[in-house]
Amino acid sequence: MKKSSLMMFVLVLVFSLRLSAAELNIEITRGVDNPIPVAVVPFAWDGANLLDEDIAQIISSNLEQVGEFRALSRANMLSLPSEEREVHYRDWRILAQQYLVVGKISQVPGGQMVQVQWEFFDINRERKVLGEVLTGSMTQLRDIAHEISDVVYQEITGRRGAFSTKIMYVSAEGPIGSTVFKLHYADYDGRRAQILLESREPIMSPAWSPDGGQIAYVSFETDLPRIYIQDLSTGQRRQVTNFPGINSSPVWSPDGSKLAMVLSKDGSPDIYVLDLGTNELRQLTDHPRAETEPAWTLDSRSVIFTSDRTGQPQIYKVDATGGLPERLTFDCFYCAKAQFLPDGVNLVHVRRETRQDNSYGIAILNVQTSRVIKLTETALDESPSVAPNGSMIMFGTTAGGKGVLDAVSIDGRVKFRLPSVQGDVREPSWSPYLN
Amino acid sequence: MGMQFNNVFKSAVLALTIIGLAACSSTSDTEEMAPVAQTAGESDAARAARLEQERLERERQEQQRREQAALNTTVFYFDFDVAEFQPADRETLIVHARNLAANPNRRVRLEGHADERGTREYNLALGERRANNIRDFLIVNGASRGQLETVSYGEERPAVNGQTENAYRQNRRVEVQPAG
Repeated sequence: MKKSSLMMFVLVLVFSLRLSAAELNIEITRGVDNPIPVAVVPFAWDGANLLDEDIAQIISSNLEQVGEFRALSRANMLSLPSEEREVHYRDWRILAQQYLVVGKISQVPGGQMVQVQWEFFDINRERKVLGEVLTGSMTQLRDIAHEISDVVYQEITGRRGAFSTKIMYVSAEGPIGSTVFKLHYADYDGRRAQILLESREPIMSPAWSPDGGQIAYVSFETDLPRIYIQDLSTGQRRQVTNFPGINSSPVWSPDGSKLAMVLSKDGSPDIYVLDLGTNELRQLTDHPRAETEPAWTLDSRSVIFTSDRTGQPQIYKVDATGGLPERLTFDCFYCAKAQFLPDGVNLVHVRRETRQDNSYGIAILNVQTSRVIKLTETALDESPSVAPNGSMIMFGTTAGGKGVLDAVSIDGRVKFRLPSVQGDVREPSWSPYLN
Repeated sequence: MGMQFNNVFKSAVLALTIIGLAACSSTSDTEEMAPVAQTAGESDAARAARLEQERLERERQEQQRREQAALNTTVFYFDFDVAEFQPADRETLIVHARNLAANPNRRVRLEGHADERGTREYNLALGERRANNIRDFLIVNGASRGQLETVSYGEERPAVNGQTENAYRQNRRVEVQPAG
């Protein structure tokens, strides 16, 4: 008895040590064929102590993680410039680099603040594209690195970067019967994870308010599924619903005025919309089968949802004031949990083609052309959540017998995984732009 | 399909019941009525009465044992993506319903679950439908609405971990739990 409990203690200790060191890491499992070569030179630092974060390394990782870029290894650099006058274009042209990022960090006298001066060069054109100075505290080095990454990404691709965004996800740890559920908040890459909520009862369906200041989720803490809203800056939370039956799937309208949800108070799950200003509750669907998984159209005027009114789950769209739903999917055995991309035309969803194939993947349906692109071919993919720039989709799947979070680019070519060392993770929810 | 199967099952149960009744009455005719009519001794009559009483007692105990076994069965399993309980569980559920009817203060919580395949929120709906179907059957068979509480956990509380057919089969279930 004594021996086994001692072993248990050791296991837990090793486990938690690994946890604090590793958090979640991103691995690129399949990249693009011709990535854009970018060199990010280690930033110079005039302070005495070593910095906690390596800004250049974070920028390199960010760019590599979206798959469109390849970062030059430090060992191969011929020079280590930290400002424009030290840059020799020839050094980088020899290495076939297209872009160069350099910078230096200096301590602001008399405090914990640092100044980061960084510059960005186009090697082929032999010119500086831009340069700027950012100021922040020692604890904001990762934020500064993500901000620089966003600018570099936008300069090269013309699209807004999403490296400064956050994710939420749910974890379940521990054996059956004593499982602990946690709601986590982390950088988009899984780093700097914090726990927002911990419970012995399940937590589901985390969702962001459009300004990123509040979150909604389902918690079973009263032994029944109920919807809560939590303020991220104050930590204050309130229970929003207490109807009999299922209270689930809270989703803010893009204009922030309403919360779509699922209630089964009248016998079967239906879609409802709660006006957060007036507290008025409006029923959008009324059907004896299951209506669930609401998501808004970009104009906040319609709600898409899953219904099995024809026997199997399919995706429908209904006016936010009610009325007759329109069916959007036809040629799949199981189509569910849909969400529009920022273009308003492409619909991300969970798809199982036939009863026989028995695999649930993430797919995109173009509602204008009816063209379907399957992005993943794993077996148990669910809970897709789209980055605010529409470039990537994060989703929950199963690997090695436990839940993991994967991300895939919109064209399906780039994939990365956020492996977790702490039990099962599921239900990623990508934040809106927060800056 | 489901309906047809159900009807076939009902007929089968009915047929078995009739055969069972016939068998019962024929044994009592041959074993008890005949000897009692032929012998006049009081001790024989007393013996027959005692035997009859013992037989009834055994039957009562057997019935009680079966009922207890039914009441001890508190997990009911479902087919993939199906919300209707299995026909084989009807008799067990009827015992539960009668027990609830006989004990109006007893309350139970019906917890519906799904296996992990498919989306989480849809599975929450599926778990509720399973629990509601059992609730409605218990009400039809004598339990009162106020004794029954339902909740769905969807795929959030599996009974067994793993991605095997066997694990999935054990996770598609409704559990009958005592309620406060």
